[in-house]
Amino acid sequence: MSAKVVTGPRHFPTSKVLWTVVGWLVVFVFFFPVLWMWLESLKTEPQAASSPPTILFVPTLEEFQQVLSGDFPPFFINSAIASVGSTLLVLILGLPAAYALAIRPVKRTQDVLFFFISTRFLPFAASLVPLYLLARDLQLLDNIFALSLIYTTINLPLGVWLLRSFLLEIPPELFEAARVDGASFGTEIMRIVVPLIAPGIAATSLICLIFSWNEFFYAVNFTSSTAATAPIFLVGFISGRGLFYAKLAAAATLASLPVLLAGWIAQKQLIRGLTMGAVK
Amino acid sequence: MNSVASSGGVRVPTAASVARREGWLRRLPLLPAFVYVVLITQIPFLLTIYYSFFNWNLLKPGSFKFAGLDNYARLLTDESIRTAVLNTVILTFCVIAISVVLGLAVATLLNSEVFGKGLMRTLMIAPFLIMPTAGALIWKDTLLNPLFGLLPNLLSPFGLGRVDWVNRFPMATVIAVEVWRWTPFMMLIILAGLQSQNPEVLEAARVDGATALQAFRRITLPLVRPFLELGALLGSLFVVQTFDSIYMLTYGGPGEDTTNVPFLLYIVAFQGFSIGQASAIGVVAVILTTIVATFALRTLFSIFQVEARR
Repeated sequence: MSAKVVTGPRHFPTSKVLWTVVGWLVVFVFFFPVLWMWLESLKTEPQAASSPPTILFVPTLEEFQQVLSGDFPPFFINSAIASVGSTLLVLILGLPAAYALAIRPVKRTQDVLFFFISTRFLPFAASLVPLYLLARDLQLLDNIFALSLIYTTINLPLGVWLLRSFLLEIPPELFEAARVDGASFGTEIMRIVVPLIAPGIAATSLICLIFSWNEFFYAVNFTSSTAATAPIFLVGFISGRGLFYAKLAAAATLASLPVLLAGWIAQKQLIRGLTMGAVK
Repeated sequence: MNSVASSGGVRVPTAASVARREGWLRRLPLLPAFVYVVLITQIPFLLTIYYSFFNWNLLKPGSFKFAGLDNYARLLTDESIRTAVLNTVILTFCVIAISVVLGLAVATLLNSEVFGKGLMRTLMIAPFLIMPTAGALIWKDTLLNPLFGLLPNLLSPFGLGRVDWVNRFPMATVIAVEVWRWTPFMMLIILAGLQSQNPEVLEAARVDGATALQAFRRITLPLVRPFLELGALLGSLFVVQTFDSIYMLTYGGPGEDTTNVPFLLYIVAFQGFSIGQASAIGVVAVILTTIVATFALRTLFSIFQVEARR
């Protein structure tokens, strides 16, 4: 890039500069709330809610310390358990299913795929009340593992579709060779499928993480205290009128961090994951 | 777990039994996931239909009574459900339409010759990754709050200071926050479409004297159309279910101005504990979504098949 700049204005058309400026303005508008969240989290409470707003200030990590030494960590750990647990379950259930829909396909594969994806987009109104009553009767309300099981249902259809799209890319000859060698289903999965679709497993895990970490509806209705997840912690700030803005921003930053980092690191997998494998 | 080939020669089975065995061997890996999904989504749905014919309030012990179609009759006369359906349609349509247009614009910018594309894209997807509850709170409290928020303070020199955006324009606020969240999603999908375009074709069009606008309308737009459709359809299936930002920003209010179907269900089931009534709402929601989603999913399916053929 810098080499081009030195070669002179000939390689520097005004339209490029213009569009760069316009582009950065647009990006700034969209990114600004995130930036503002970070700035607020580094202020003291009076600075965070001052009028006019404080722009220049000495950053402090005081609010992060407060949030982390307060009652936030259990919420964060619950989110981690629910997300990791449901991601693992999605992979354990989803990989064989994707195999049965891609490598040695069952009859009516299209119908099965359609069925899976239709359950993902069935409104939660469809199953909410019976699931709630069942969880209540089994003493599973406010239980983080029960919440993981629900998140597994949410993510499994996406996982099956996504994993299948990666499995379809494996050359079929590899499986034929393995079968000639008498490899069992388990060997095929562990020796061929898992190593070859590592990016697919990464994409699936990322999507599961995003949807279960950020999930709010089931969390707010199925948990109350011991199993409450990070978004529930934020509900506590809902009526803040100028109070605790810095603390709110610090908590929001911490709660958003895992998904933000994972999404940024795995940008390539993100598109493919969000479109269930359609866009590569 | 032996493969079919090794067991074939031992018992001299008939062709039909081999085919059946083969069929089950193929189905076996699918079954755990299939059974799991049926258990947690389909059977509860049957129960939802069953409950919808009963009058049952969890707060009144012994109130479980057969009610026939009462719950449905109440839905027809009840204004709340009509408002909620209307709000759901308005919210979904506005969010998808605006975010597709903005997403297309931003994607076009990021696909042109600009400096720092990678970083721009990275920053641009942040709103989609931020926890929706966190994003909504940041908007409501630190940006829009009439006394302490940034926006009213910045706008006060223009005479727009101290406007209580969330309360005066509740639906517009919810739409704005959701557009902020979904534009990056659309942008990502559309950008992938733009990047699949062969730049030589555009170059050739330019040499032939086509203006940038002509080239965009005649060449680029038809090419990215499947990506626009994919983004709009997938996005609407998610936006129909919007709950987090409504809960955080307006709690469905003022009145029922921003109550959509998921939020109404939450109020009826978990604030009113009317199980029968909530179940009837659930059944209606499923019927309405099925009508929309069958169309949407079929279209999606054909898009996927076009993709697969490439």
